[in-house]
Amino acid sequence: MNLIDNLISPQWRGTYTLFKKELFRFWRVAFQTVASPVLTSLLYLLIFSHVLENHVQVYKDVPYKAFLIPGLIMMSLLQNAFANSSSSLVQSKIMGSIVFVLLTPISYAQFFIAFLAAAIIRGFLVGFSIYFVAIWFVDLSIVHPLWIFVFALLGSALLGTFGIIAGIWSDKFDQMAAFQNFVIMPLTFLSGVFYSIHSLPPFWQAVSKFNPFFYMIDGFRYGFFGQSDISPWLSFVVVLSFLLGLAWLALKMLKSGYKLRA
Amino acid sequence: MDKKLTPAVKIEKIHKSFGQLHALNGIDLTIEQGEFFGLLGPNGAGKSTLINILAGLLKPTQGKVAIMGHDVVDNYQAARMSLGVVPQELVFDPFFNVREMLRFQAGYFGRGRENDAWVDEVIENLGLTDKAQTNMRKLSGGMKRRALIAQALVHKPPVIVLDEPTAGVDVELRQMLWAFIKKLNNDGHTIILTTHYLEEAETLCERVAMMKQGKIVALDTTSNLLSKLPGKNLRLTLGQASLPSTLLPMLKNGENGIFTLALTELNQIEFALSELRKANISVQDMQLIEADLEDVFMSLVGEKAGGEKSDVQIHLGDA
Repeated sequence: MNLIDNLISPQWRGTYTLFKKELFRFWRVAFQTVASPVLTSLLYLLIFSHVLENHVQVYKDVPYKAFLIPGLIMMSLLQNAFANSSSSLVQSKIMGSIVFVLLTPISYAQFFIAFLAAAIIRGFLVGFSIYFVAIWFVDLSIVHPLWIFVFALLGSALLGTFGIIAGIWSDKFDQMAAFQNFVIMPLTFLSGVFYSIHSLPPFWQAVSKFNPFFYMIDGFRYGFFGQSDISPWLSFVVVLSFLLGLAWLALKMLKSGYKLRA
Repeated sequence: MDKKLTPAVKIEKIHKSFGQLHALNGIDLTIEQGEFFGLLGPNGAGKSTLINILAGLLKPTQGKVAIMGHDVVDNYQAARMSLGVVPQELVFDPFFNVREMLRFQAGYFGRGRENDAWVDEVIENLGLTDKAQTNMRKLSGGMKRRALIAQALVHKPPVIVLDEPTAGVDVELRQMLWAFIKKLNNDGHTIILTTHYLEEAETLCERVAMMKQGKIVALDTTSNLLSKLPGKNLRLTLGQASLPSTLLPMLKNGENGIFTLALTELNQIEFALSELRKANISVQDMQLIEADLEDVFMSLVGEKAGGEKSDVQIHLGDA
């Protein structure tokens, strides 16, 4: 990273340093931040695929075990992108160490970029790790790699941004845990990680379409199988719209100094 | 002092309200480059609020603040480049060791690897060399305090604000920090110090502002402030005896048989001793003490500042 340090212009060095610090922060506790979600996803894969393999066929010519993997990758990627920015912000607010960043010339937009980039990297790292472990057990095709990348990027950015909002808003770990347990977790589990929404009754199919996590996972899965519940272009538009909306809100909060600078 | 230089800090008509509470009520203050300036006041006086506005951690309700000519709101990036702040609380990032943390802090200010030699110099000057690879969590309170000071210096700011830097540190470390801060001032840094210890302000600061309820109630050189109170204090140790009622108007404080009388003229010593003789009270010990900043503070603010006074230190209460 020394070479990169020298290549970055001084006005962006602060942003890069904050990004680097955020990377080191989660890497210092990689068992918790990377290895643990990989293990959890593999346990989901083991249990659900064992129980449901002979009972569920979602897409033609796609075994349930293979169907499950993109959903599990995306679920972990999203959860970890959210956890990275939210937990770092809440922790540094509670410890008081956020002041070290607030005293610097780093602008609100640079602050956003640094936290967002670190959240995306953690999401990708967890996602890649699950993929590389999972392909030892399952034969997994990749039909449209670009769609996989696009949805991984948009999804991790969306949840990283949501994590920034939650981290700024939360004053204690309990409030942040409420975001994780009462918003992120239900929305991911009810988004089609383990099933196709076509298997649901019409009412719940309609409800699922209000869940942005459904579009992220469905579009991501399209990249693997070339099949999805809805068009990947529609998913792309929905996810991008949510991302832009949340990014606008996060930047507005940071610019106003909400809960950071009174 | 060269009047042509841009002031290190210029504060104009600053107001800050938190709902109905007016924490600052129209502060005007100019601190010149190279000054060693003290900011004193009891709890709730507004010192920390003022410092937080300088640092950009709080936004003023009204008024303007400039650091080295840079407005802290409109030109905040240049203002923050010129300012190093040592926070009062012992805050730290638990993931990193001292050297990593200091390099990150320098990086936030746009400093690259070329700054590493300066970081090492700060580490050495603050006696942190042995702890440079130690995680912040494992440092003692005194070492954490040194690391906090180091963090404020890594980008070589011309103006340094120290918010209670010696609160809760032992005498040896306090002396070391005083020497280091004096050296920074001699090297040309402007120092703004808030402190519990009036002795510290008397020893270090060329000029002092005293605050009460969001206003500056005194602003002058330390020597001028002290000269405004020509009186001295008479400290009497009387053991079990109580003070005669005729001396009560002069009483500054008294406990455990030790009474301090405020004298406006030296011939009051004879009066005090004659009253004690009349009451048949024997004096076990007697000391004549110069008026200090606490006396100035009390005369201006009209209240006891909020802590214990001893020979070593005078406690003003939390900032």
